[in-house]
Amino acid sequence: MNSVLGVNSIRFIVLLLVQVIICSHINFLGYINPYIYIVFIFLFPIREERLILLVTSFLLGMLVDMFLDSGGVHAAASVVLAYARPVFLKTSFGMLYEHQSIKFSNTELGSLITYITLGTLTHHLILFSLEVFNISGILLILKKTLFSSIFTIILCVLIIILFSRNKK
Amino acid sequence: MQQIINFVIRNKTFLLFLFLFCISLALTIQSHSYHRSKFINSANALSGGVYGTVNSIDRYFDLEQENKILAEENKRLREQLLNAANLENSVVIDTSISKENYRITIADVYKNSYSLTNNYLTINKGKNDSIKQDFGVISSKGIVGIIDNTSKNYATVLSILSKRSKINAQLKSSNHIGSLTWNGKTPEFVQLVDVSKFAPVKVGDTIVTGGQSSIFPKGINIGSIESFETDISGDTYTIQVKLFNDMTNIGTIYILENRDRNEILNLQNGSNE
Repeated sequence: MNSVLGVNSIRFIVLLLVQVIICSHINFLGYINPYIYIVFIFLFPIREERLILLVTSFLLGMLVDMFLDSGGVHAAASVVLAYARPVFLKTSFGMLYEHQSIKFSNTELGSLITYITLGTLTHHLILFSLEVFNISGILLILKKTLFSSIFTIILCVLIIILFSRNKK
Repeated sequence: MQQIINFVIRNKTFLLFLFLFCISLALTIQSHSYHRSKFINSANALSGGVYGTVNSIDRYFDLEQENKILAEENKRLREQLLNAANLENSVVIDTSISKENYRITIADVYKNSYSLTNNYLTINKGKNDSIKQDFGVISSKGIVGIIDNTSKNYATVLSILSKRSKINAQLKSSNHIGSLTWNGKTPEFVQLVDVSKFAPVKVGDTIVTGGQSSIFPKGINIGSIESFETDISGDTYTIQVKLFNDMTNIGTIYILENRDRNEILNLQNGSNE
């Protein structure tokens, strides 16, 4: 239990710092940034209370907002992602989730990618809709969502594979 | 009563979600309305400290470029100084000779963003250096933005690359004014709207700040006209302005305090009543 708490706290801090120091200043092609801090929400232990996940996701989003001066857009998107997470888990992992026996370190790569893609698209769509906050900017929202999502998905999958597989 | 409590317990996850989502939505909506002091911004000890540490490492990598920019500015200022006698007749605006109306503070940029809809910079001067809201911020080449939030040692600057900023600007060749906005597309161009159709607009002309805002002195460079079109009603021009500043690369900035600002604002408020 203690080690779960420790691992998650460290993950929280490291992901937050990497996000605000490096990832938000990449600006690939002018506006494409990955938002890798959502790895924390993806990897949060499934057996833990969902209320804790909601509160920590909100905190994480709020801190990112504070660093990036973006109002509350990251907090809103993170809370939605945290709330909708069981749905994504169920669609991607099916029976494994029903039995509460998912280990992210040794699941099939296909299911993992489905899970992360669904989550990232939802998160980014809400993020950019709130950031642009203008119905006439719908093309801009979709464009940003698509390109940033691709970037984020690739990085998230890489991070999860790199840092989990070796713990077998 | 029992049923209400049961309902709350059964739906506690959803209710908590709704509660947190509403808070973040409220903060988002608030951040989209102009100049309201926000609760969540990067002008605080935690984010300022982190950005400061990163900046102290980061800045070594572009010292050479910073030097070059400084040398160029020095050269321009020296030229102005040496040619001051010749220029007395023409309209040259130099903040240093206008009766000390403006106090200038130098600050380092800790964080800069230019890919969002509303962009902010974080700088390393704050209330302790008597920086307050609504001071103007310029760089060596042109305007950058307006101070938004301040804390003890840090401040955030609302960049001109923001849908919320509306800065008074005019043509350098005539006194036709307009307001400077941004359409959120590229950080190279901003838009000057509401320019009267009688204005002599030419591609390549310079756009400078107008003297009406009491934030910036008249005549600070902004950019040059890239293209222009009349808007739908046909009464005003919308001008694409190419910024002199490279907003994606700002290291050191100057903060301008207009000492007469309060007096001007009092006068304007008084005459409105």
